[in-house]
Amino acid sequence: MSIIETFSYYLSYPFVQYALIVGVLIALCSSLFGVSLVLKRFSFIGDGLSHVAFGAMAIATVLNFSMQTPFIMIITIIAAVLLLRTGQNTKIKGDAAVAMFSVGSLAIGYLLMNVFSTSTNVSGDVCSTLFGSTTLLTLTKSEVVVCIIMSLLVVGFYIFFYNCIFAVTFDENFMKATGLKAEIYNLFIAVITAIIIVLAMKLVGSLLISALLIFPALSAMRVMVSFKGVVIYSAILSVLGALVGIVLSILFSTPVGATVVVMDILIFLINNFIAVFKRA
Amino acid sequence: MAYIKCQNLSVGYAGETLIENINFEVHEHDYLCIVGENGVGKSTLMKTLLGLVDKKEGNVEFGKNINRKEVGYLPQQTALQKDFPATVMEVVLSGNLSKIALRPFYRKKEKERALLEMKKLKIDSLASRSYRELSGGQQQRVLLARALCATEKILFLDEPTTGLDPQVTKEFYDMLKELNKKGMAIIMVSHDLSVLEEATHVLYLRKNDYVYARKEEFMNTYGKEMKADVNYRNI
Repeated sequence: MSIIETFSYYLSYPFVQYALIVGVLIALCSSLFGVSLVLKRFSFIGDGLSHVAFGAMAIATVLNFSMQTPFIMIITIIAAVLLLRTGQNTKIKGDAAVAMFSVGSLAIGYLLMNVFSTSTNVSGDVCSTLFGSTTLLTLTKSEVVVCIIMSLLVVGFYIFFYNCIFAVTFDENFMKATGLKAEIYNLFIAVITAIIIVLAMKLVGSLLISALLIFPALSAMRVMVSFKGVVIYSAILSVLGALVGIVLSILFSTPVGATVVVMDILIFLINNFIAVFKRA
Repeated sequence: MAYIKCQNLSVGYAGETLIENINFEVHEHDYLCIVGENGVGKSTLMKTLLGLVDKKEGNVEFGKNINRKEVGYLPQQTALQKDFPATVMEVVLSGNLSKIALRPFYRKKEKERALLEMKKLKIDSLASRSYRELSGGQQQRVLLARALCATEKILFLDEPTTGLDPQVTKEFYDMLKELNKKGMAIIMVSHDLSVLEEATHVLYLRKNDYVYARKEEFMNTYGKEMKADVNYRNI
């Protein structure tokens, strides 16, 4: 069979369709908020939160919760709010607080899974939580529906509050000075980032999520001049990276998360090249 | 009636109080310069007036003739902004944000206002240029245009000419003078004493002490002291 035949053969399966839908939506949402995270120098918050999500997942697995995703989401959102607070506190340095949070959650998560897990394949479990499922066979229809609804809400929110998000990203002091509540938008950005991270965990795993948030934004910033341009271009790049990455991973049975991230790295390098070329 | 009235205001950061019991008012047509040595609390005072830093004690009151949202602010530039991907138009438009409330987009009216302010400051030709590619002087004009979109009454400027060369600095001050003539109240933090030339009032901050006076009185009493001050001799 040629590659195209193999692919259309796989595409007839619902689980492959699910994987593509979820992958594209998550890539879209993460790239939108990634732009603000990168520009506000909040990238580290995304990174820290993904580790917190890993710890929360370990706890949920060990305690055998039936409602895993809501539990992980609540813990991650609380962590997001706390990290934002410490980031603004001058007494404890924000980056040190994030480092503490993330490495602490990683250690506790792994310890719990190792000591209490009833599974026969602990290292397999840990590996798939950190780096994403090796196959996306595990997505159920209800998970896909939840992901679609959440993504629509996130994108809708982004479009509706686009001007506020621009203002809070560019200059939150100016926004506060003119009597607007910049803190609320910061909070929104942190909470939605937490939600995206939990959704994306299934796809790329908790270690690689930061790549989805950061690479498309950084790539777009190399080339685009306007904020709107950066946002739209990074969304396109991110969706492209996810699509190509998922398809390749299906065709060559490589790990999904890692393949998508490698695509994002390639995209970054290409855009870097374009930027140098443009300037010369 | 005063736009802003400060009564027994004390300002500072975290546990430390920098200045205590300040009293002053800012009216229409006023041009108030806040001067003093580095670290004495000039920027903190301005941020307290704007509600960016919590006040320690006392009162900051906005008059009934001004809406809390009708405030233009030109903050000190952060490193973050210097390489921010945005066009000049995007930055200037964002000055209208407090007017559009929950509407998710800018109308023609706000776009026209942004263009008008850009024309006044002679940066309308830069509208689609990238903010990060502009010179320091052009960036300051862009931020001033944004501030002017937000207000017709009062402008707050925090060391607006830092890093600008003398010619650009002079042009910038001339623009402020024009605005002030038309009624705009100006509050400016500066360590540059040449700004006093256009000022109507001076707030001179010193450690645990301050002087607030009309400029003429101030120069009569403190003019010599200021000139003798090593920090100001080179200006």
